[in-house]
Amino acid sequence: MTARTAAVRRPSLLRRITAESSTVRRLDGLMLVAVAGLCVIGTLLVWSSTRTWAPGSTGLVKKHLLNETIGVVLCVIVAAVDHRAMRAYAPLVFLLSLVGLALVITPLGATINGSHSWILLGGGFAVQPSEFAKVGLLLIIAMLLAQPAEGTDRPRGFDVTLVLFAAAITLGLVMLQPDLGTALVLAVITAAGLIIAGVRKRLIGVLTLVAGAGVFAVFYFQMLEPYQVARFTAFVDPSVDPRGVGYNSTQSLIAIGSGQLLGKGLLGGGQTTGRFVPEQHTDFIFTVAGEEFGFLGSVTVVLLLGVVLLRGLKIARQCEDRFGTLVAGMIVCWFAFQTFINVGMTIGIMPITGLPLPFVSYGGTATFANLIAIGLLQAIRIRRQSFN
Amino acid sequence: MTRMRARLLVLHVLVLALLVVLAVRLWQVQVVRGQEFVTRATETRTRAVIVPAVRGQILDSSGRPLVRNKTALVVSVDRTRLSRMKDGGVKVLRKLSAVLGRPVSDLQQRITPCGPGVGKPCWTGSPYQPVPLDEKVDTREALQILERQEEFPGVTAEIHSVRQYPGGRAGAQMLGYLQPVTEAELEQREGLKASFSGVDLAGRDGLEYVYDDALRGKSGLRRVQVDRMGKALGVEEQITPIPGDHLVTSIDSRVQAVTEKALDRAMKSAPSADGGAAVVLDARTGRVVALASAPGYDPEIWAGGISARGYQWLLSEKSGKPLVSRAINGQFAPGSTFKISSVSAMLRAGYPLNGHYSCPGSYTVGGRAFNNFRGISLGTLTLHTALVKSCDTIFYRAAYEQYLKDGGRFPKRKPKEIFANMARAFGFGKPTGVDLPGESAGRIPDRAWKKDLWQKTSAINCERSRKGYPEEKDRARAEFLKRLALENCTEGFLLRPGDSANFSIGQGDVLVTPMQLARAYMALVSDGKVRSPRIGWAQVRPDGKVVRTIPVPVVGKLPLSEKERLYIKHALSQVAADGTAAGAFAGFPMNKVRVGGKTGTAEVWGKQDTSWFASFAPTKNPQYVVVAMVSQGGMGAQTAAPAVREIYEGIYGIKRKPAVPGGRLTTRLPRFAPDGTVIRG
Repeated sequence: MTARTAAVRRPSLLRRITAESSTVRRLDGLMLVAVAGLCVIGTLLVWSSTRTWAPGSTGLVKKHLLNETIGVVLCVIVAAVDHRAMRAYAPLVFLLSLVGLALVITPLGATINGSHSWILLGGGFAVQPSEFAKVGLLLIIAMLLAQPAEGTDRPRGFDVTLVLFAAAITLGLVMLQPDLGTALVLAVITAAGLIIAGVRKRLIGVLTLVAGAGVFAVFYFQMLEPYQVARFTAFVDPSVDPRGVGYNSTQSLIAIGSGQLLGKGLLGGGQTTGRFVPEQHTDFIFTVAGEEFGFLGSVTVVLLLGVVLLRGLKIARQCEDRFGTLVAGMIVCWFAFQTFINVGMTIGIMPITGLPLPFVSYGGTATFANLIAIGLLQAIRIRRQSFN
Repeated sequence: MTRMRARLLVLHVLVLALLVVLAVRLWQVQVVRGQEFVTRATETRTRAVIVPAVRGQILDSSGRPLVRNKTALVVSVDRTRLSRMKDGGVKVLRKLSAVLGRPVSDLQQRITPCGPGVGKPCWTGSPYQPVPLDEKVDTREALQILERQEEFPGVTAEIHSVRQYPGGRAGAQMLGYLQPVTEAELEQREGLKASFSGVDLAGRDGLEYVYDDALRGKSGLRRVQVDRMGKALGVEEQITPIPGDHLVTSIDSRVQAVTEKALDRAMKSAPSADGGAAVVLDARTGRVVALASAPGYDPEIWAGGISARGYQWLLSEKSGKPLVSRAINGQFAPGSTFKISSVSAMLRAGYPLNGHYSCPGSYTVGGRAFNNFRGISLGTLTLHTALVKSCDTIFYRAAYEQYLKDGGRFPKRKPKEIFANMARAFGFGKPTGVDLPGESAGRIPDRAWKKDLWQKTSAINCERSRKGYPEEKDRARAEFLKRLALENCTEGFLLRPGDSANFSIGQGDVLVTPMQLARAYMALVSDGKVRSPRIGWAQVRPDGKVVRTIPVPVVGKLPLSEKERLYIKHALSQVAADGTAAGAFAGFPMNKVRVGGKTGTAEVWGKQDTSWFASFAPTKNPQYVVVAMVSQGGMGAQTAAPAVREIYEGIYGIKRKPAVPGGRLTTRLPRFAPDGTVIRG
């Protein structure tokens, strides 16, 4: 074996992966471990909460695993794409997501669990375009705000107007479903994009005022569905209607609280087995963690989510192009908001809002969107050095 | 990029803060308040269903059941599950009404919890406890429900035990009855009372009430794990009920049956009789052998909850208040049966036992003539003959003399009141303490009682004495009542001479219950000790082990010497053979069983006489004391004495098979096999 032949041969796959400069080495491993952990925990919790639907069944576990597999594939594909090239695709992705949202309003849309946000694909599969809309809106905002005004590091006024316009269209379509939770997430993503992009504090103030006026108008003109108002009332005082609206928050508190420090063990939660908490495999999945894994388990879930958020922020800070930073920052805000609202509502510090817990809740489209977002983060991380 | 990094830093801090908030709140909810939520989780996740214990039986002295349990299929409805249905369970109730053949409205009313504006039959129990709807379903109906559970969600048919009375109406008042326990009563109980269920029953009267603690056992509990819809998932905790102990009584069910029959016949023989009682005591032990009260009722009326109408009937004047036991609550003047007390009082007052006393037809007391029965003079008599022939004037005279000795109308500071005190020594004027609830005390009208009564009534009497009785149509009667009111107003607190005379022969204001009279005679003819009779004999565990024997307490002693007591007893021994009851006992084989006793005919103002006969047999070493009383029954020898004769005939088998072979009552408790059954023979 001579040195020459060795120089000619390409290094082995293992070598290439472990090499200092390899793409794999540049991935954020810690974040991936956290996401994988959340997915595993999510699968167990979905099993625990759905196995009781029929005797001897495994519930929705198989479907959830399939969703996660598809999500991982999507994640890998997205991570492989250069995020800067994504700038070019952003308008297309955005338009596609708008079409999806529009389709929901047409007769193709379907109502599941009281929310009209689905398109049935047949074979028991359905997609929720509003989840993809999060990615679509986030990309178009990042694209618009990536180019600062001449000689400053603030976005151009025209671009800001376009951002608000794009956000208004998306929000409007989502509110038509209506899906208050997703609308709030979209609003948070928009606000995060504008703030990170560096718009003037004055503008932030004005937008806050406008948003406040909007919220006031929504309540004042009674544009919310009665159940949504009731949820807020119940949040302020759960004892108002303990069997009705307050039931959800009371029961989820009981489930979580009764888990105490160590929990009752997987499948050992009486509240979960008795299905006292509604929507337990989706919006209230955290209650299963609380009851069966106790404080240690539920705090672990929160910590893993925290790892994802903080690593995401690190990626945003380390990225050297505005587009990448904006995308990463908005994704972190999206996940942070959903995490806080979702966990918060199960422990009585946030009103009940129909938002799933990222990576843990059951739900195909949400899983796809979440893992695509992770793919985006990884793509940004891999190519954080700006070469132009 | 610097501005962006700065703003990201702010975001970083914000995210950290949110994470900390979540972690802190989780710590608070799960660790700090965890126990609280564990309790609440148990409350929501499980439902406690009380499993009633099988109640102990009430047995007679040889182990025959007076009250036993029979298993019955009971259909119950779970209200919680019904109320969770979309139509509130109307559909299920409609189907159930078709199976049970009862109107839906009736079922609906029965499962509605009682409350303001919700009248009976409503549900008095816990809202979580299945409500028993029908306790008399047959197997076919129960199977229809059990086999098609999917059509009857929330409806169950379970085997419960309900009370059964083999003796029918016999001793209904003495046995008592059961009613669902109230929440307040349950609070006072010890032991398992995790939740008020409404299926627990409590004895409400009679032996069921007095021995409730022993009979009822301890309820069990089944903590059923349920899901959100109230569907049972499994049993989380099970506490098996502990069955109640049996109560062995000294009642002999055959004697009881004979007694009931005799009393019924006596009631029928007297045209205006409106109530009666018969007491049979075991003179050797002080225990009750039979206790009957007429009119009676069928205790089955309580099964499955009594209706409002049924309850009213039990207490109405028209039906003769069959719920009230005349044996312990009927208070009547005892008439001449009371003379055992008066003759004893004479002895204590110093009248010689072997003296001779004149018995004129009439004796003047306080300016008023008091007559013998029918005004006949009986010449000069010994005390013995005075009792046998039931002379009154001898007692009038003695009582009046003692009254004057005490100071007459204006008594000394400490009057001796020998007659009243002797009556008390015989146990009159206070409850006997028999093991039955709500016993009446009777009344001994002494000077203190007079004064007390006057204080309570003088205001009315004094007003009447001024205003008269304008509403009274009969002028003469109104005038008489006015004079009476004036007399009662001005000197009602005084014991008048006539009062003392009346008292001596058991007339006037003196009142006794049949039970009091029976135990007074028992004290006289047995050993001179006054006892508190007992019906309960022993408390026996379901496996046959005797938990305790219930003693018969001695509560007093007659202030008579043995000689005096036997003298009186000897006199009474002749009454049935040669005295006032000779007619009633004509043809009775006195050579076989010699019966002693005393008749009583008590006058009641505006009504027929109360008929009494107090007796004992055999006269030598008596085994039985039998007292019969028929209110508005006429003379003692006419109604009560024949009833007593019939009871003895039944016991000793004069005409047919004896109720008690040889007339000797058992002295040993029945023996039980380990499975709780009574060993016969």
